Amino acid sequence: MRKTAIVGVGCTKVGEHWDKGLRDLAVEASLRAMDDAKLYDVDYVLVGNMMSGYLQNQEHLGALVADSLGLRGAGAAKIEAACASGGMAVHIGCQLVASGSADSVLVVGVEKMTDATTPEVTKALAMAEDQEYSAYMGASFVGLNALVARAYMRAYGVKQEDIALFPVICHKHALNNEFAQFRFPITVEAVMNSPIVADPLHLLECAGIGDGAAAVLLMPLEEARGASDSPVEVLASTVSTDKFSLHQRDDFTSFRATRASAEAAFKKAGLRAEDIDVLEVHDAFAVLGLIALEDLGFAERGKAADLIREGGIEIGGEIPTNTFGGLKARGHPVGATGVYQIVELVRQLRGEAGKNQVPGAERGYAQNIGGVGTTITAHILGRVD
Amino acid sequence: MSASGYLREAPRRYRLEGAACKGCGAIHFPPRAVCDRCGGRDFEARELSGEGELLAYTIIRHPPKGFEGQAPYAIGIVQLKEGVRVLAQITDCDPAELREGAKVEAVMRRIREDGGFIEYGYKFRPA
Repeated sequence: MRKTAIVGVGCTKVGEHWDKGLRDLAVEASLRAMDDAKLYDVDYVLVGNMMSGYLQNQEHLGALVADSLGLRGAGAAKIEAACASGGMAVHIGCQLVASGSADSVLVVGVEKMTDATTPEVTKALAMAEDQEYSAYMGASFVGLNALVARAYMRAYGVKQEDIALFPVICHKHALNNEFAQFRFPITVEAVMNSPIVADPLHLLECAGIGDGAAAVLLMPLEEARGASDSPVEVLASTVSTDKFSLHQRDDFTSFRATRASAEAAFKKAGLRAEDIDVLEVHDAFAVLGLIALEDLGFAERGKAADLIREGGIEIGGEIPTNTFGGLKARGHPVGATGVYQIVELVRQLRGEAGKNQVPGAERGYAQNIGGVGTTITAHILGRVD
Repeated sequence: MSASGYLREAPRRYRLEGAACKGCGAIHFPPRAVCDRCGGRDFEARELSGEGELLAYTIIRHPPKGFEGQAPYAIGIVQLKEGVRVLAQITDCDPAELREGAKVEAVMRRIREDGGFIEYGYKFRPA
């Protein structure tokens, strides 16, 4: 297997892009990544996306995006794994390069969510779940994650105010991210006073609805050294799945797929959690951020709140996390999210994170979740010296 | 939802019909093609008791399309006495008075109306 490198990154701002469609967003992010890499001819295009079929009545995104970029003849496909569509597209792209099937792969994650009403988006998001036995009963995606939050608080006696600190820090980080959807500070009081969406989850504990696209260009590391000034190596790219529905698992307060994908990724990279300098976790709901810190080995079970309270996930802390705002504040355009995480890690490892730069960051980790802990991808990236 | 899809699921939704693995005895709901405990593929139908305990619950305040008129409503994970876990609405109660550990029982209820026909299925209520 060949070593894989990221030679270009680009993204759009996350937000309400009333003047841009799904295709426009995907093209904008892709062109920025291509300009960044100065690479305009690619073998393969992978589009990470979850809901275009339902929200835009548009499928066949691989060829649609490839053609829009003038890449006639390139191999192309849409990759879908619910909210992990972006991470999964990067994962498959890495396999294409590592195996020698492709010498250059453009991975673009995109989601256009604001064309639909909130009930329609809520229904579309619930498509990540079992339609016959979960969605049929009226379970919303937020509701299922609310079950996780309740079980977690109950199991470990964690207060909701402690969980509410996670989005507060994400919003703080997003202040310096020009691509973030929500660039304003919030307080624990504001989180606790925001409306309840599904008990006990408050609005400000949940990622919002937004449009966005992010793209990365992958090449074999050996060729990347000549093609790019600052290639970043993909040290590991793994995925794991769990029993499909939350309610069928033994434990609602930890995700087996996070632990399994992390174990495989750390083994492949020859690293441990303490070797990671910067972390991206899938905080679609604040409690998931805490559970990720525990499942990845940065905190003991039930103790992530202590790490957060002590400043451990802030810039300069023990493990700076979601340094561009995470899903909560950068935004969560579903199929694009996993690619945004990779773009942001690359910016950290290149030393291009501006005011939020983690000094001397050499290795980053990204966790992207599809469903309620059902499909989880892991990526470990490393600076190339 | 299509009429054929609805009718296909009726035994599960109307009678909580699960499956018992002939190899290891594990009970599954919904029925599976492959037993995830022993890998077996031979099952016999097993109607579940509908008696169980509430493990976790939430109150949906912003429902998906099709459930708009029903909010707020409670959704919970119920562990049936056969050991099987199911997700369903918790009904016939004040959601504010629900507690984890409460004994519940299955009842047949209207789930929603979709495109002119009425869909039924199981919910749970305090026993």
